[in-house]
Amino acid sequence: MPPIRNHPTHKGSGYRHRGFKNLPAVTPGLAGLEGDDSLLLMVAELIPTDVVTMSSEEESLVVSLRSGDAAAFEVTVRQYGGRMLTVARQLLGNVDDAQDAVQDAFVTALRSLDRFEGRSSLATWLHRIVVNAALMKLRSRRRRHEQSIEEFLPTYLDDGHQARPVPRWGESAVASLEQDETRQLVRQCIDRLPETHRTVLLLRDLQELDTETVAGLLEISIDAVKVRLHRARQALRTLLDPVLGP
Amino acid sequence: MTKLTCHELIDFLSDYLDGALPDETVAVFDHHLSICPDCVAYLDNFRATLQATKTAFAPDAAATNVPEELVQAILASRGK
Repeated sequence: MPPIRNHPTHKGSGYRHRGFKNLPAVTPGLAGLEGDDSLLLMVAELIPTDVVTMSSEEESLVVSLRSGDAAAFEVTVRQYGGRMLTVARQLLGNVDDAQDAVQDAFVTALRSLDRFEGRSSLATWLHRIVVNAALMKLRSRRRRHEQSIEEFLPTYLDDGHQARPVPRWGESAVASLEQDETRQLVRQCIDRLPETHRTVLLLRDLQELDTETVAGLLEISIDAVKVRLHRARQALRTLLDPVLGP
Repeated sequence: MTKLTCHELIDFLSDYLDGALPDETVAVFDHHLSICPDCVAYLDNFRATLQATKTAFAPDAAATNVPEELVQAILASRGK
């Protein structure tokens, strides 16, 4: 069925990022930042703001932070750090790297408060920054040995039928996801995905960032995000078959 | 109706589930699913896979506290 190969009516989310080129040559809020911080912030700007704005509690917290209030900073770390650590752990897979990423994120956030315009909640803004920090750490660390994604993709007969169809997992498979033991096995399966695909899967299906945002964060094309996501989902389905199958 | 192979259906399954395919293509997908139990099973398992990703880290969300050591390290880095 050729038409869908390049179907022109592919619906986008309508999101348009501002892009690096729209940043002013000299950005006051970037004064004094290290190179990595600047990049991290510019990438953070690619992420679209959500419709949720700041609560009055968050607004007063931001005012205090901007005035250099040390107590307000500590409140922020304690209040938002746990969720940020969770996100970093999900993306990085180990506690030490995750803690480093959270620390980097708070340093960056503090230095860039002038650039925070309050068009998203403080929690969302910090979430974006820690995702960036985790991705930068992912890029810098040594790659482990990985199996090719191809090994986990479905295979087909010459006539296009599935070569090895598997039975439906059934309702009990979904129900078993409520058990800690099953969830741990699922995490292990996710961890077996090649990092390039695992990262896209976690950003899209777990962090629920949209395709354009993930493309901006990873500096890859929108089509590459879609291809990696679909392959990651297919590969995970294969890996989960022994866990969730009948 | 245009024919679709299992291979083509599975290649575009994410687009199908995301509602990113034109209506006429969706109709072709739905027709294939009505006659192919293997693809119905694949689709169901694929949906369960998406659900599994969403729930895999669920215990973390509520359970993670910031270790005091990390809090102090972050507070110490503030002045640098």
